Amino acid sequence: MTTMLQVRDLALRRGDRTILSDTSFSLSGGGVAALMGPSGSGKTTVLRAIAGLERFEAGTIVLNGLTLKAGQRHSGDALKKLRRQVGLVFQFHHLFEHLTALRNVTLAPMHVLGVPARFAERRARELLEVLGVEHRASALPRELSGGEAQRVAIARALAVDPPLLMMDEPTASLDPSRRHELGELLSRLADQNRTILLTTHDEDFASRWATTRLRVNNGVVV
Amino acid sequence: MKQQSARRSLLFSLRRRFAFSLCPFPLSLCCFASALLLFYSSAQAKQQELRWAGDPEGGAPFVEADPTDPNKVTGFDVEIAELIAKGVSRTPRFLFAPYASIDQAIERGTADIGLSGMEDTPARRAGMATTIPYYAFREVLAVRDADAGTFRRLADLKGRRVGTLGGTIAYEILLQAERRYGLQAVSYDDDVHPYSDLSLGRVDGVLLDNVLAERRRKTMSGITVQPDPVATSHYVGVLASRNASLRDAANEVLRTAMGDGTLERIFRKWGVWNDDQPALYARLIARQPVPPVAMADSDGTIGVATLSRWQATLRYVPSLIKAAAVTLVLSCLSMALAVALGVLIASGRVYGTAVPRLVLTGYVELMRGTPVLLQLFVIYYGLASVIKLPAFVAALLGLALNYAAYESEIYRGALEAVPTGQLEAARTLGFSERQVLQLVRGPQAFRIALAPMTNDFVALLKDSSLVSVLTVVELTKQTQIFATNLGSWVIPGTLCATIYLVMSLPLGALARRLERHWKAPTV
Repeated sequence: MTTMLQVRDLALRRGDRTILSDTSFSLSGGGVAALMGPSGSGKTTVLRAIAGLERFEAGTIVLNGLTLKAGQRHSGDALKKLRRQVGLVFQFHHLFEHLTALRNVTLAPMHVLGVPARFAERRARELLEVLGVEHRASALPRELSGGEAQRVAIARALAVDPPLLMMDEPTASLDPSRRHELGELLSRLADQNRTILLTTHDEDFASRWATTRLRVNNGVVV
Repeated sequence: MKQQSARRSLLFSLRRRFAFSLCPFPLSLCCFASALLLFYSSAQAKQQELRWAGDPEGGAPFVEADPTDPNKVTGFDVEIAELIAKGVSRTPRFLFAPYASIDQAIERGTADIGLSGMEDTPARRAGMATTIPYYAFREVLAVRDADAGTFRRLADLKGRRVGTLGGTIAYEILLQAERRYGLQAVSYDDDVHPYSDLSLGRVDGVLLDNVLAERRRKTMSGITVQPDPVATSHYVGVLASRNASLRDAANEVLRTAMGDGTLERIFRKWGVWNDDQPALYARLIARQPVPPVAMADSDGTIGVATLSRWQATLRYVPSLIKAAAVTLVLSCLSMALAVALGVLIASGRVYGTAVPRLVLTGYVELMRGTPVLLQLFVIYYGLASVIKLPAFVAALLGLALNYAAYESEIYRGALEAVPTGQLEAARTLGFSERQVLQLVRGPQAFRIALAPMTNDFVALLKDSSLVSVLTVVELTKQTQIFATNLGSWVIPGTLCATIYLVMSLPLGALARRLERHWKAPTV
């Protein structure tokens, strides 16, 4: 199986604080990988670094042949290529507050990929339906529940069809039945040859649904 | 001195307050009587003063700050005030009042008499207690030397701009001449800039009294004062109508000074004595009536006070509406420009590198930290040697540049108020920074900025009144002119307030509608 993501000797500091040091792991294509560890262990920072939102002091990140190097401001071109490969669902979703759920999902396909509006809308409605929130298509983010907002955020990330979908603490705002639904959804996505990398504290969820489990402790993946 | 004595009497009364409660009744009565006596004597002292109001900005020979001691004033009006004060056994005390507000200062009792080249208008005679005239002047036309042969009279200035001080007899004459000869009257707030604009070619003539014209001709080259007067009038002292007895006493002092040569000595000293004065004095000593204004060549009436209030109002309503249109157009254009510049400045400060950020911050601080009035002066008069901007353009630019600084701060705040998480979400979806601004940050910032923006527009609508210093006659200036000529602020003020409300209330409604529209989801 080919390696899809390789994180090698990643080190990241903010001021005097070491967030990550010598973090290394790799993922092959497909499957659900869970990055686990206590709060403040650096899980979210790993995802942010892979998504090109954080600069790092040492190490490299290689994603589908695209390399992010340490100490550099990533070029616009590199970031553009990177973000075709990776999607990120934030813990607090960060939906665009001025747009309906549907427009949140259609915005990137239309303006980043140049998909015509009617195709983007059809695809968005399909995604919202698959995720069980099609009936909330015309609601504003502030009108959605935490679970609904999360599923709209997943639909938004999936709309640009990234081979690697990362999710930060996706189970945090879900009740047990919703967690189960999420697990099933992630499995289905992984079956479609998509790689899922998520962070979680939830041991049960990880053991039930993750195909790979990585543990982060004090910024080190063990 | 006065403050010290007030402090002493306060201490005295405090000490006595304690004594009051313990002392027997006769002693308390004594203290009370002493306190009353103190108050009475202080009030008496005040009455011994003749508080006279003038505007030193008018300068010599009227009233100016004494070059040897700027805390004192000097000028022929100062000497006339001293003369009248001495004649009525009082001590003169000078009080500053802006020229256009001297009547109001007198009416509300801030000062007893106004002396600062106050014109003898029908409105003043009707609404105030004016003294007999003490100086006769001529309204004279000043033109550039090169035009001296062409522009001899107002009738020669068809289609030309002619400047003067707003709210004066000369301005009323120019308004009549607008209708009769088709010239354009331009109103100034001072008597210096009409002449400098004449030199610069912004106006082709200036109509003002001979005292002001001669003063300017002596200091500026290239100006010819035409010999034939357009009209004649006088300077008078202005008192409140309830103060007729003091006015009568002042009249007797002036008549005596006309007869014994005191006034002649004063005016000779200031270099403004001429043959018009003996003729005026002879009529006044003989107690013959003197009309306020005499036109040299027409049967025109000057000032609206000779008309009824309603006739006057009807006459001024079209010009008020025209001025309101100037206010509205100026405000809309200035705001549009301020918004565009504000967006650029805010974007530069949020997205720019260190140097542009520093420059833009400097600009914002400069514009916010200095008065808009000063900025308007610099743009119109200060830059005139480099670029001669038309008054309206200078006003538009001045307001826009000033408001752009405030707008940019609103937009910067609004841009920074959009949660960073949303911006990061947009970036991870592959949007470029420009797309993030256009599709995510900008629309949300606009919603945040809308309410303060509307607020600023309403403020700008009213701040636009400041541009009258650049000769743009907008609503407030036109109201002021109307009020000066009518001798009352009641009708002009009410009309002006109504027009401002009619303009600003729909703006508020429009803003609320826009806010509702923009708060609705974008489907």
